[in-house]
Amino acid sequence: MTADTVVLQTHGLVKRFGGITATDHVNLTITQGARHALIGPNGAGKTTLINLITGVLPQSEGRITLEGVDITDLAPHQRVHRGLVRTFQINQLFSGMTPLETLTMVVSQHRGLGARWWQALGQDTSVVERCGQLLEQFRLTDVMHQRTEQMPYGKRRLLEMAIALACEPRVLLLDEPVAGVPAGEREELLHTVSALSADVSVVLIEHDMDLVFEFAKRITVLVNGAVLTEGTPAEIAQDPQVKAVYLGHGEGAHV
Amino acid sequence: MTILFDGIAYGMLLFILAVGLSVTMGLMNFINLAHGAFAMVGGYLTVVLMQRFEVPFLVCLPLAFAGTALLGAVLERTLYRPMYRKPHLDQVLFSIGLAFMAVASVDYFVGSQQQIMQLPEWLKGRTELGTGTPWELGMGHYRLFIIAVCAALTVGLQYVLSATRFGSRLRASVDDPRVAAGMGINVNMVFAMTFAVGSGLAGLGGALGAEVLGLDPTFPLKFMVYFLIVVAVGGTSSITGPLLAALLLGVADVAGKYYLPKLGAFIVYCLMLAILMWRPQGLFVRQGGK
Amino acid sequence: MANLQMPLLEKSAIQWWEPVVWLLAFSAPWAFPHHALIINEIAIVALFAVSLDLVLGYSGIVSLGHASFLGFGAYTAALFAKWIHPDPLLGLVVGTAAASVLGALCSASILRGSDLTRLMVTLGMALILFELANKFDGLTGGSDGLQGVVMGPVLGRFEFDLMGQVAASYSMAVLLVLFFLARRLVHSPFGATLMAVRDNRLRAMAIGVPVSARLAVVYAIAAGVAGAAGALMAQTTGFASLDVFALERSADVMLILVIGGVGWLYGGVIGAVVFKLMHDVISSITPQYWTFWMGLFLVVLVMVGRERLFKPWTWMGRT
Repeated sequence: MTADTVVLQTHGLVKRFGGITATDHVNLTITQGARHALIGPNGAGKTTLINLITGVLPQSEGRITLEGVDITDLAPHQRVHRGLVRTFQINQLFSGMTPLETLTMVVSQHRGLGARWWQALGQDTSVVERCGQLLEQFRLTDVMHQRTEQMPYGKRRLLEMAIALACEPRVLLLDEPVAGVPAGEREELLHTVSALSADVSVVLIEHDMDLVFEFAKRITVLVNGAVLTEGTPAEIAQDPQVKAVYLGHGEGAHV
Repeated sequence: MTILFDGIAYGMLLFILAVGLSVTMGLMNFINLAHGAFAMVGGYLTVVLMQRFEVPFLVCLPLAFAGTALLGAVLERTLYRPMYRKPHLDQVLFSIGLAFMAVASVDYFVGSQQQIMQLPEWLKGRTELGTGTPWELGMGHYRLFIIAVCAALTVGLQYVLSATRFGSRLRASVDDPRVAAGMGINVNMVFAMTFAVGSGLAGLGGALGAEVLGLDPTFPLKFMVYFLIVVAVGGTSSITGPLLAALLLGVADVAGKYYLPKLGAFIVYCLMLAILMWRPQGLFVRQGGK
Repeated sequence: MANLQMPLLEKSAIQWWEPVVWLLAFSAPWAFPHHALIINEIAIVALFAVSLDLVLGYSGIVSLGHASFLGFGAYTAALFAKWIHPDPLLGLVVGTAAASVLGALCSASILRGSDLTRLMVTLGMALILFELANKFDGLTGGSDGLQGVVMGPVLGRFEFDLMGQVAASYSMAVLLVLFFLARRLVHSPFGATLMAVRDNRLRAMAIGVPVSARLAVVYAIAAGVAGAAGALMAQTTGFASLDVFALERSADVMLILVIGGVGWLYGGVIGAVVFKLMHDVISSITPQYWTFWMGLFLVVLVMVGRERLFKPWTWMGRT
């Protein structure tokens, strides 16, 4: 193992809800440029873990460091400013806005212009240019004037991803990004993610094992809130424990 | 002690009045600001029955319940049901509109004067205990009656919720209407029945409370704030929450008006604000509840 | 990329009919001198409605107590004029600033909890202020109201006349200025983030919007604008009374905004005009039962669907 720079790390992260331990002393280490997958059966606590890392849920115990800095006590929006960005399993979009407006707003916010009240949205050309790039990259140009609530599902999923990338992430957490996306567009979506530069470290939650093995260089398996094992795709594919967990739930569980 | 007693009576009354609102909010996620109007209907129904038709007071009570429950059931099916999925703002506007209509109609048909409730003889009067001691307790018989009736109702409600099939259907529907429907529970029926019973209870509360709280067309708006306080502070996921909140509110209000008459209602509002800021989900919500 | 900028900038561009409408509005008190008083009222209510739109329409905060700021601005301006200086513009600034501060302080209360909690908290705030104004009757005149507020001339030159024409023009000028400032605000990146918070608070947080801070700022701004409306009210009528805090005020302004259209600044203006005119007409037919008709209107409005009836801007192909 080469000594890669660690960009994201959780130290003994625990989350309890009443009597249930949803996250059980999880130590996760993500290195620079990672293509890291997080898998596990339904209810294993994958999304909870993401919620803890992004600060949406407060942890019961443990600490989180981002690029060496302890972010455990930072508010969610502050973590975003430091480059920790996520997408949601269920689209979280702004129903009344068009993709053009949404992305312009996100880029403005990211560039620190979110508090500017006297300038019209769209007046800053560099912001609009970046927005145009994103629209093209995610093939949203043809729907850019449609209100999100009127867009087809596949396009909305693309927008979901575009929003995250508009925040120029350094660590990107993707929660089942291709769920419900038609087959042809799945490839596109994942290709876009893979094509991200090595500056961006990606953590992917997925159920589709084919995609996981295609994309990931490292896999962590989560069961009942705790890390079962971790390793390269080859190691995981052969691990008897992992097989047992998945055979119990059906081979190669697809969403 | 008398103050405590009066406060408890007031609180229990508030509870019966507000419990329907709390369950509606928790079950149908519907903010019904017209709930007070149902209480008013119950009160006026009782007055009319007693004065025009000389129906005895005790008989009027279940009639007030039934009448208002029926009204509630009808309105639920016709007007309310399409409203469930609308945003809260729409629900607020809609129910305020209904309340306004109710208030204006009553004003038009019956007039705006206070209605006098003639209690039967055996409910008038007081019993004094421990006169002269610090534990002096003056119990108005009517208030005693109120406490008794409300306590019985509360026990009854709790029993229905926890020990009957309807109760478990209700609790399932509150937790997750979609899953409940998937399990074969007729969620619409549960909603309709719950709304009807909640309104009926409000009507009963209005009838019971007319003597204590006063009854005139402005009743729904005047007391709506109190009902909302009970629901907001007590939470919507149980009935013990609103019960405790109502008792707290009742005692605080009565005590406040007695000891600090200059400040009066002010105390209640400040208390409510403080509680809501400290615990925005309400004071008595169970952990992980709605 | 001009073809991307244009659709965005179109939103904030001034439409052809706007200057026309405002010109007409300004000439109204002079063209119809006997109606100057009601025009003044309409301008003030419109300003109040616009302030609520910032909070309700653009940020999604349901408030039943916005009158808190109206009243606070009114009493502050009235007291200022009575005891410190009768200059209207100075009083306006003071009233607006005071209400803003109150708004900033209160903003902490509306950040957490559900819509119901917010309803209660805002309602409670207004009720508390009502009680406070009632109790401190030495200062506020209690239930009799604060009387004898004599204003100096506007800009040192225009005396308030009995017909109310100067008052109407003054109120309208203030409305115009604040309206266009609000307009700038909602079409800016700041405004866009507000709408994002309204549409999806979770996602807004996830893109780095400091939600609590944003809401606090807009609440304070809206409070200030409402305070300005209150100050105008006190200054142009020479009087401030307790009902300025009443639930009816907060409910009325919400109704006005709904009539004209939420989330569209002109909604507040149009709603104010329609509401006041409706009120006049209906009151002359059935004086006591305004409440009934208003209630019926509300019920019908909601059942038919606010969206379908009252979003004229969608008729013109804008959001």
